[in-house]
Amino acid sequence: MTVPRLQVKSLTKYYGQTLVLHSIDLDIAEHEVVCLIGASGSGKSTMLRCAGRLVEYDHGQILLDGVDIASEEMPEAELRRRVGIVFQSYNLFPTMTVLDNVTLAPRKVHKTDRAVAESRARELLELLEMDEFADAYPDRLSGGQQQRVAIVRAMATNPDVLLLDEVTAALDPELIGGVLKVISDLKASGMTMMIVTHEMGFAKEVADRVCFLDEGRIVEEAPPAELFSDPKEPRTQQFLQRIIEAGRL
Amino acid sequence: MAVQDHDAPPPPAPLKPSTSERLRPVLISAISTGVVVAAVVLLVRSSEQWPAVQRQFFNWQVMKDSFPKVRSGFWLNMRIWVIAEIVILAVSLAFAVMRSLTGPIFAPLRFFSVLFIDIFRGVPGLLLVLLLGFGLPALQLPGFPKSALFWGTVALVISYSAYTAEVYRAGMTSVHDGQRAAAKALGLNQFQTLRYAVIPQAIRNVMPALLNGAVSLQKDVALLSVIGIRDAVREAQIIKDRTFNYSSFMVAAILFLIASIPLARFTDWYSARDAERRLQQTR
Ligand SMILES: Nc1ncnc2c1ncn2[C@@H]1O[C@H](COP(=O)(O)OP(=O)(O)O)[C@@H](O)[C@H]1O
Ligand SMILES: [Mg+2]
Repeated sequence: MTVPRLQVKSLTKYYGQTLVLHSIDLDIAEHEVVCLIGASGSGKSTMLRCAGRLVEYDHGQILLDGVDIASEEMPEAELRRRVGIVFQSYNLFPTMTVLDNVTLAPRKVHKTDRAVAESRARELLELLEMDEFADAYPDRLSGGQQQRVAIVRAMATNPDVLLLDEVTAALDPELIGGVLKVISDLKASGMTMMIVTHEMGFAKEVADRVCFLDEGRIVEEAPPAELFSDPKEPRTQQFLQRIIEAGRL
Repeated sequence: MAVQDHDAPPPPAPLKPSTSERLRPVLISAISTGVVVAAVVLLVRSSEQWPAVQRQFFNWQVMKDSFPKVRSGFWLNMRIWVIAEIVILAVSLAFAVMRSLTGPIFAPLRFFSVLFIDIFRGVPGLLLVLLLGFGLPALQLPGFPKSALFWGTVALVISYSAYTAEVYRAGMTSVHDGQRAAAKALGLNQFQTLRYAVIPQAIRNVMPALLNGAVSLQKDVALLSVIGIRDAVREAQIIKDRTFNYSSFMVAAILFLIASIPLARFTDWYSARDAERRLQQTR
């Protein structure tokens, strides 16, 4: 039996007295894409932030290739190199050019030569059709372009896993397609991903498995074809019903 | 995106007002300003007190005679200003950074920074100048400079640094949380996060406030005149004490005024550009 690439084991998280994640278990195999769906406030972002070790959690474990990410065996720098995170609001550094945004972590955290870091950055930018903006500042770019740069930045260290948190939620409708295309291409190239999304059509298309979260629990977990056409749990049915009524599926 | 549509009416001709059309608003504002100024001048000069005022404040001969001394004093003001401002910008940033550090090992630095800022923001700058400028040279501490000029400048630096540290801190707080999350996700440590993400944005956010601080310091350097530093105000006062005439003060005032204009215009220009940038960002 092979060890899952990313493993979430009875993850429990409180914000103050509020239980936000309730004993979550989830395995993501290498090359697998798992989408997290669920109502706003159900705990999707918190789960992703725990998996990316951006926030501390109270109980449970997160394992990367079988190694606890909070343990001594996983140095901070190694974790950051192997896990890339992309946010809803892109969060590019506005005082730096696109190229500097992308090469910052390789150069300053992982001590990669500038020339090496820049040539890899340019390759990635070209792949996502952003190479002509290498020397531009982020506020000169559209939201879709900024998000593509943010994806490149997360990919700059050649990570094993990408965590994406509603990366199209802040975009104008006509810009969403381009970013979703990039993610589909990443899947095709074999990237392991955990994706929080509101785009049900996209989840259907890109996910190997979809998890429906409600009040901090994974209520239902199935391949998209199954979960979207034949949901078992009443709460999943209600959620999907609301989505359909809103015309988003 | 250019849309080809041959039936569409032609675009409006570019606006090219004639010279006289462009000059009209300039002319109108010039004339109306001139009329108002002339009215005020006439009113002032026709008053019975005007000759006395002119003799006391605008005595041409006294102004001319005092100019070299006051100007050389003013040159000292400018040098103190530049040096003090540079030190203030660095020292206050250091205090703001110390105050922002997290983790128990930095508790002493945080505490020291809070103490420094609280104390010296609460004490009047003039009092500090008197205390350090007169007090410390009198102590004759071995190994410390004994010049009033040095300690007076230190007093200004301390007073302004406490204030400017809070300006920086406001700028650092205003940096969006997502920036710190991104820095963490990339693996930047606390200092790298400050160096590459937080501080550059903080400085950009508070640039107008920093510039205002510099404008204000330019004038407050004159506080050093009370401890006998022969700056523009001190020189003017020495002349006044001899001539019993305030015109030398007017020379100093005019010099300060002239020096303040470039920085004030620069602040305006920067703020306008900044506003434009923010507008761009919210597209
Ligand atoms: N920093 C925080 N402090 C306190 N409560 C939080 C914080 N972040 C999220 N929460 C709470 O945790 C719950 C889950 O939030 P989140 O993970 O953002 O949900 P989702 O991403 O599914 O919309 C919500 O009730 C939210 O109010
Ligand atoms: Mg969320």
